[in-house]
Amino acid sequence: MDNIRNFSIIAHIDHGKSTLADRLIQYTGVCNERNFQDQILDNMDIERERGITIKSNAISLPYHAKDGRDYILNLIDTPGHVDFSYEVSRSLASCEGVLLLIDAAQGVQAQTLANLYMAMEHDLEIIPIINKIDLPSADINRVLEEIDMELGLDPDTHIKCSAKEGTGIDEILEAIVDRIPPPEGNEGNPLAALIFDAKYDSFRGTIIHCRLFDGIVKAGDIIKFMSSGATYKVEEVGHFLLQRAKREKITAGEVGYIIAGVKTVADVRTGDTITLQDRPCRQPLPGFKDVKPVVFASIYPIASDDYQDLADSLEKYKLNDASFIYEKDSSAALGQGFRCGFLGLLHLDIVQERLEREFNLSIILSVPSVRYRFTLKDGKVVYVDNPAHYPDPGDIDKGEEPYIRAAMMLPERYLGSVMKLCMEKRGVNSNLNYTGPGRVELSYEMPLAEVIYDFYDRFKSVTQGYGSFDYDIIDYRESNLVLMDILVNGEKVDALSQIVHRERARSRALIACERLKEEIPRQMFKIAIQGAIGGEIIARTTISPFRKDVTAKCYGGDITRKRKLLEKQKEGKKRMKMIGSVSIPQSAFLAVLKSDTD
Amino acid sequence: MKQKSFNNAENTNAGLYIHIPFCLSKCSYCSFYSIKSVNLISAYLAALHKEILFYGGIFPPFDTIYIGGGTPSLLTVEQLADIFSAIHRTCTIDPQTEVTIEVNPGDVSKVYLQSLHSLGISRINIGIQSFSESILNMLGRRHSVKEAVAAINAARQAGFDNLGIDLIYGVGKQGLKKWENTLLKALSFRPEHLSCYQLSLAARTPLYKKYQSCKLSLPDEKKQLKFFLVTDSLLESSGYLHYEVSNFARSALFKSKHNMKYWQHAPYLGVGPAAHSFLNNKRWWNKASVRNYLVEIGRGKMPVENTETLSPDQLQLEALFLGLRSKTGINLNNYTARYGLDLLTEKKAIIDTLIKNKLLELHEGFLRPTTAGMAVADSLALI
Repeated sequence: MDNIRNFSIIAHIDHGKSTLADRLIQYTGVCNERNFQDQILDNMDIERERGITIKSNAISLPYHAKDGRDYILNLIDTPGHVDFSYEVSRSLASCEGVLLLIDAAQGVQAQTLANLYMAMEHDLEIIPIINKIDLPSADINRVLEEIDMELGLDPDTHIKCSAKEGTGIDEILEAIVDRIPPPEGNEGNPLAALIFDAKYDSFRGTIIHCRLFDGIVKAGDIIKFMSSGATYKVEEVGHFLLQRAKREKITAGEVGYIIAGVKTVADVRTGDTITLQDRPCRQPLPGFKDVKPVVFASIYPIASDDYQDLADSLEKYKLNDASFIYEKDSSAALGQGFRCGFLGLLHLDIVQERLEREFNLSIILSVPSVRYRFTLKDGKVVYVDNPAHYPDPGDIDKGEEPYIRAAMMLPERYLGSVMKLCMEKRGVNSNLNYTGPGRVELSYEMPLAEVIYDFYDRFKSVTQGYGSFDYDIIDYRESNLVLMDILVNGEKVDALSQIVHRERARSRALIACERLKEEIPRQMFKIAIQGAIGGEIIARTTISPFRKDVTAKCYGGDITRKRKLLEKQKEGKKRMKMIGSVSIPQSAFLAVLKSDTD
Repeated sequence: MKQKSFNNAENTNAGLYIHIPFCLSKCSYCSFYSIKSVNLISAYLAALHKEILFYGGIFPPFDTIYIGGGTPSLLTVEQLADIFSAIHRTCTIDPQTEVTIEVNPGDVSKVYLQSLHSLGISRINIGIQSFSESILNMLGRRHSVKEAVAAINAARQAGFDNLGIDLIYGVGKQGLKKWENTLLKALSFRPEHLSCYQLSLAARTPLYKKYQSCKLSLPDEKKQLKFFLVTDSLLESSGYLHYEVSNFARSALFKSKHNMKYWQHAPYLGVGPAAHSFLNNKRWWNKASVRNYLVEIGRGKMPVENTETLSPDQLQLEALFLGLRSKTGINLNNYTARYGLDLLTEKKAIIDTLIKNKLLELHEGFLRPTTAGMAVADSLALI
């Protein structure tokens, strides 16, 4: 066990985590130059494009250190976005140390801090690494100052590197060996393995990624998931090299995989403890949480014929994303669809993009909602994440909405505009810290609904990209909620209904009306677009009709030509949704979802 | 879907269109097929006879003949007489046949017109286009206003009591007033038929190029609608029926029977290059080249460019957009019987909306467009 090191790389988005991982893999020679594909740990297109790692991954790196001994360095990658903070915490729980990566030009950012705190909670050895020192805008002294002042770490422990150019890599590898402690644990104890990820393989079923703290697991063992009590017979265990490498057993301190005939990743809970059925450990490893989605939206196929395809695609998608949930839903305006739950807005974006890209589906997404809590007059408490299930207003005693604590780091010069934005977003209980010259750490408590609406985009824009942001869900708080509907020529478009704070209703309704006006093409008759609370109209726009489109001549040869043109237009119209007699293009629904900053 | 009822069309008489694809000069807005090589005319007429011979027997009896172009008035009386004798030799012609010829005002003398009349041509359509010299100029017409007036008077004197005038509006910066003057001038001749076309620019025409290079402006949608409505109200108040988007008749008797064939899925035979024919839900059209036409007919082949057999959906769509271009509208029972679609049931919601918005009306079993509806007839067909 002495020759094992388990570690993660943590960083703010774009600080170079994937590039560093690539370099470590390359340097330790797991793969040669030829089959090396940049950023191996991010193997989905979307991850690569967005430069973030969505699902964590792991790899074992063989390393011959300067002390003459051979080590196995297990790199456990972590997702790099606030939506996935629980997954990050489980990956960290599987390590003894982390490389805390800081961009030499950007310095410490909100996620740097959030990740650092999380690593500290797990008592991990932290190695600060200043990356991108090759950049002309690199300011190493400032970063050292920040490591000292803002992170409270000893700046002398840092390592400088340029993952892009490959400098400093050997120093990092030596530091992993020297400074990160080897895992503890006892092969003789009952099995205790922490699940930090699970992947679906169409041939083998679910591949469970885990870290063994105690005991041994091998093929033939009957394992038990401690949270669900479910038992499975182990088919195969092994380590992660570039591909899975089958082993006879994996033992305490190691990182590896277990294949045990688990059908879907949804049967596996990240953070759960695996033990042996006939010799269980006394208690599960700490920190298990059942993560619940916080953002909800409905997905509809644009063409109702595609419903079955959508259902199949969601089922396939779900195989690999346990945190995504969905159930059947139907909308009078948009027909049959699914109500889906996501960990956050980014998660929602990713699901939408993957359905469109990998499964080639055209979908409409409803306005995202959080999960509201209503106490009814008869004392019953209901949770509502779908405006369609909004209780009868007469029955509601009180409404509550989830609040978050937002942690932001920004240059002082943006403080005024950020505070204004937070107040506009109903932020309360602010807290301000000067963490270094010209830099502040600001926190606010605010409704999650405001954050998922457009907060993040606007925050980035008012801080011109220099601000960083992280959040935690804290509690439910009482709120004056109403159901806002959008009507097109008097017909309610249920997919556009939103549960909003009363003070927000009018401005939201106006924005929605204006966006629809821009996106709905003029038709033969006037279209009235209204926003309403109950029977009360709170916003209104109209789209004036076009009045002349007829072609002057239509004789022998014109008829075929004209018909072909009409056929084409009819095809186009099929891709629109009919609300009453009004054809609404998909772009109109999407426009209502858009934040008002772009 | 039931299809037996499509037979309906075959019980009606057919229309015959004869294309004369020659013009001495090309009008700047025209995208019809025509060439200047008048030396090919006699060879062309010989080929035309063969095409008429080939199809004549397949079609039901013709009760409309339309000689269009191009410029049919480039033909001599003898050449026209030959065409008619070819038709009579090979086709069954209904005694009440409407026989129309399109003429260019500059080409016609009183004597020529008298001869046309005595050939049995019962209806004359004169391409006047405008009573404004500057607009005639812009359109690249060969004739003057004076010649236009002379041609109308000569036609009357030659005995034509079914006379149609073609006009164009929306040309450049032409104001409403100028258009009204042209209309009033036309009305002073009490023509039996008036076609008023909004100028539309086809690609590759000189006028289109002018428009693209911003040397020509066209009225915006609001103004187009004004032109349309002014035309409608002026002519309707003068007793004309606005029976199709661009067509007006002094009484129901004077509707163009030939053009109605196109709009009612009746059978029609078009002979000559680029001409279209329709029979038994099949439409075909000839190659748009006089020279290829001559070569193929010379080889004993029909110079067909393409053929399409209309699916029930396509027939429905055509009947809908053609029907909604006419004031009479769509006979709902006939539509259901012929096309197998009950519009009032299948499209109830949208039809109700359009009726509420005064674009459509239900009248004695017909679904018909209002005047405002006619102006957006292309979109009405997308219900």
